[in-house]
Amino acid sequence: MAGNIFSADFVNAILRMSTPILFATLASGIASKSGITNMALEGMLLFASLFGVIFSSLTHSFLGGLLLTMLIGGLIGLALAFFILQLKTDEILAAIALNLIATGGTVLLLLAVSGDRGASTSISSVSAPIVHIPFVEKIPFLGEVLSGQNLMTWLALLAVVVVHVFLYKTPMGLKIRAVGENKNAAESVGISSKKIQYIALVLSGVLCSMGGYFLSGGYMNMFTKDMSAGKGFIALAASSMGADTPIGGFLVTMLFGIAQALGNLMQLTTIPTELIQMIPYLTTLIGLAVYSYTVMKRKSRLGVH
Amino acid sequence: MELAKETVLEMQHIMKIYSNGVVANKDVSLELKKGEIHALLGENGAGKSTLMKVLFGIEPPDQGKIILNGSETAIRSPQDAISKGIGMVHQHFMLLPSLTVAENIILGVEPRKKKFFIDMKQAVKAASEIAEKYNFDIDVTAKVEEIPVGIKQKVEILKALYRGADILILDEPTAVLTPQETEELFVQLEKLRDDGRTVIFISHKLDEIKRICDRATIMRSGKSMGTYNVDEISTNDMSKLMVGREVVLEFDKEPAKPREVLLEVRNLSAYNTQGVQKVNGLSFEVRGGEILGIAGVEGNGQSELIDAITGLSRKYTGEILLKGEDIRKESIKGIREKKLAHIPEDRMASGCASHLNIQENLFSNQYTDDAYSGKLLLRTKTIQKRSDELIKEYLVKCKSQKQEVGMLSGGNIQKVIVAREFSTGPDVIIANQPTRGIDVGATEFIRRKLLEFRDAGCAVILVSADLNEIFSLSDRLAVMYKGNFSGVFTDVAHVTEEELGQYMLGIKNDHRKAGAAK
Ligand SMILES: Nc1ncnc2c1ncn2[C@@H]1O[C@H](COP(=O)(O)OP(=O)(O)OP(=O)(O)O)[C@@H](O)[C@H]1O
Ligand SMILES: [Mg+2]
Repeated sequence: MAGNIFSADFVNAILRMSTPILFATLASGIASKSGITNMALEGMLLFASLFGVIFSSLTHSFLGGLLLTMLIGGLIGLALAFFILQLKTDEILAAIALNLIATGGTVLLLLAVSGDRGASTSISSVSAPIVHIPFVEKIPFLGEVLSGQNLMTWLALLAVVVVHVFLYKTPMGLKIRAVGENKNAAESVGISSKKIQYIALVLSGVLCSMGGYFLSGGYMNMFTKDMSAGKGFIALAASSMGADTPIGGFLVTMLFGIAQALGNLMQLTTIPTELIQMIPYLTTLIGLAVYSYTVMKRKSRLGVH
Repeated sequence: MELAKETVLEMQHIMKIYSNGVVANKDVSLELKKGEIHALLGENGAGKSTLMKVLFGIEPPDQGKIILNGSETAIRSPQDAISKGIGMVHQHFMLLPSLTVAENIILGVEPRKKKFFIDMKQAVKAASEIAEKYNFDIDVTAKVEEIPVGIKQKVEILKALYRGADILILDEPTAVLTPQETEELFVQLEKLRDDGRTVIFISHKLDEIKRICDRATIMRSGKSMGTYNVDEISTNDMSKLMVGREVVLEFDKEPAKPREVLLEVRNLSAYNTQGVQKVNGLSFEVRGGEILGIAGVEGNGQSELIDAITGLSRKYTGEILLKGEDIRKESIKGIREKKLAHIPEDRMASGCASHLNIQENLFSNQYTDDAYSGKLLLRTKTIQKRSDELIKEYLVKCKSQKQEVGMLSGGNIQKVIVAREFSTGPDVIIANQPTRGIDVGATEFIRRKLLEFRDAGCAVILVSADLNEIFSLSDRLAVMYKGNFSGVFTDVAHVTEEELGQYMLGIKNDHRKAGAAK
């Protein structure tokens, strides 16, 4: 098994599995920084994975499909924001509603559009392309990792940097952080907290939909019922463990990816699969414990004796 | 010869009723002139902050109009107010602790580079320039959570000035400043006035009003009692108009009769959250029946000393003995059970739970007491009765004890905290700025209470930036400078303000001398 762990395949598996979660983690981070917990990531992923299939097949293009899916993602974010900010629905309740609608709604919509039940077998969707880098792909190990990745994986990594720069180097990012930290203080200098939170949730929806797109157009090549399988919630945990920063979220997501890839390897052994499937959730728990322990340590470090 | 100054802004017949039915402003009118410093005076809960929130677009008025430069305008949001040249420094901090001073100053009006990015270099430059211009000594790259309260106040003022306010509202800006800092601020305010700007200045300290303001509008219970030229009205008349009766702030106190030592600090070195040493091997004791006043410029270790004594921080070496017992291993609850009461300096951050109601706040330090709690449930009747008594005794202005504390006026929040702390019958009281933001009437009341406790044998430590308070209450007076007492006076009546100032600035320092002699 050790041989497997140090193989390029293993690294690729980690990246592949982390890609959708990474998008959702970033989405969660932006929303949280603006002061709203986006618990609707799960539903957003699910909707996007269905719409990704539909749109890419309609436009016959990956890019067209992706852009339209992102648009839908933004609209879902907008709808969520409307309920939370305009109608003052509790953010958790609004998210639960959205997640429930997604579970049933996607199946229904799929049936209506294609007649398929539970999986989009009759839709000929276009998946995200694999990026082959000439010459580099000949380098052993490194080439195998760098080349042959799905384009969405590269976009996810790029998104980490973009979101980081956005949050910490741009006026809008500063405003988002300000509103999230203290709404009244932000408003006292003339920032409209509502507007900022709208923007943050729309961006959150857009980012999350990219993860959803990858689920059905890269990770798999079709939509299947409930294919988000808790990834939205894992992302929520990853983001908060990473202090809702893009870099932190990225690191934790990778950790989860490693755990999951390990789990997949272990499926080849005789350990019961049920136990193995617990791994991502178990790592979340352990990670949270480790995280709070270090925070506690840091706080008391200065305490004498 | 002075020309009649032109009117820049008029608020006419403003009426404001909060959603819970509190009528905070009733038919209040206010007229502001160009180039004046205009005081707004009134007891706690008189409606000063409310009137200013209406002006700054935070609270919509229920009636009345605002006339800016001759034409009627509606001010719908702070953004609107800022764009119309109105700036406001709020009574409670509106800062973002995790951001730097510079980021706080430029927030909302960020300088940009390449269109999309914040020009942080420019931001730091602009922030330090404006700090320099107004003579504020501030490190603009420091995070706000790391700076002392006095500096935070300056950052708030800079924030408003940076946005270029023609009309600057200052809601109790001096409450957290030392006399020196206040004086520096006044120099800047005069500069602004000479620039032709208008400053609205809210303060409970009448001598400050006398010193700096041109005119004063006095409010009582949501109504205006008229506008006066400050030269033509005595402080006595001002407080009479505010309170409706004479207020005496000087009282004869009996000489202290110190008893046994209740609190002893031995060779204490304390550190702030960043691990910087702020208290340097300090030793002293306080006896029952005396008030030890601690004066000093903010940031000289007072906060760290208090945090150590009250158990809020364990980042110290040395010993703190409460009634002879070391408290290092005690929980905060344990320390309080030894009958120590604490009035913290920042009432919003550590004094109250602002979303809970008055009753819940009043009992947050004694809800486990058998008198108020049965085996399973709280004794609500007893608690309610006691709350009403406390509200009455401490003159808390509120609709009912079920009102959220955050909705009270600043001074009334302070009264709730004081009532809570005093109601446990403490043996040791740590009072950090106990009358900050409290009106004259209530100040008098709290000071009398402190003396009563002293006479009943309580040991009191009083930290205050208000030298009057320090002088009139302390039986012994210590000046804190760079983490130690630069001077301790037992004959408080014969200490002059100048002398105290020299000890506060470290020009005179008995501790250093004593240290050198060793
Ligand atoms: N958000 C709010 N909701 C309901 N009532 C409020 C709110 N804010 C203030 N009040 C009430 O309005 C009245 C006036 O409060 P305001 O804050 O204007 O007083 P103030 O004159 O500024 O007093 P202080 O000197 O103590 O700051 C008080 O009775 C207060 O309880
Ligand atoms: Mg006020």
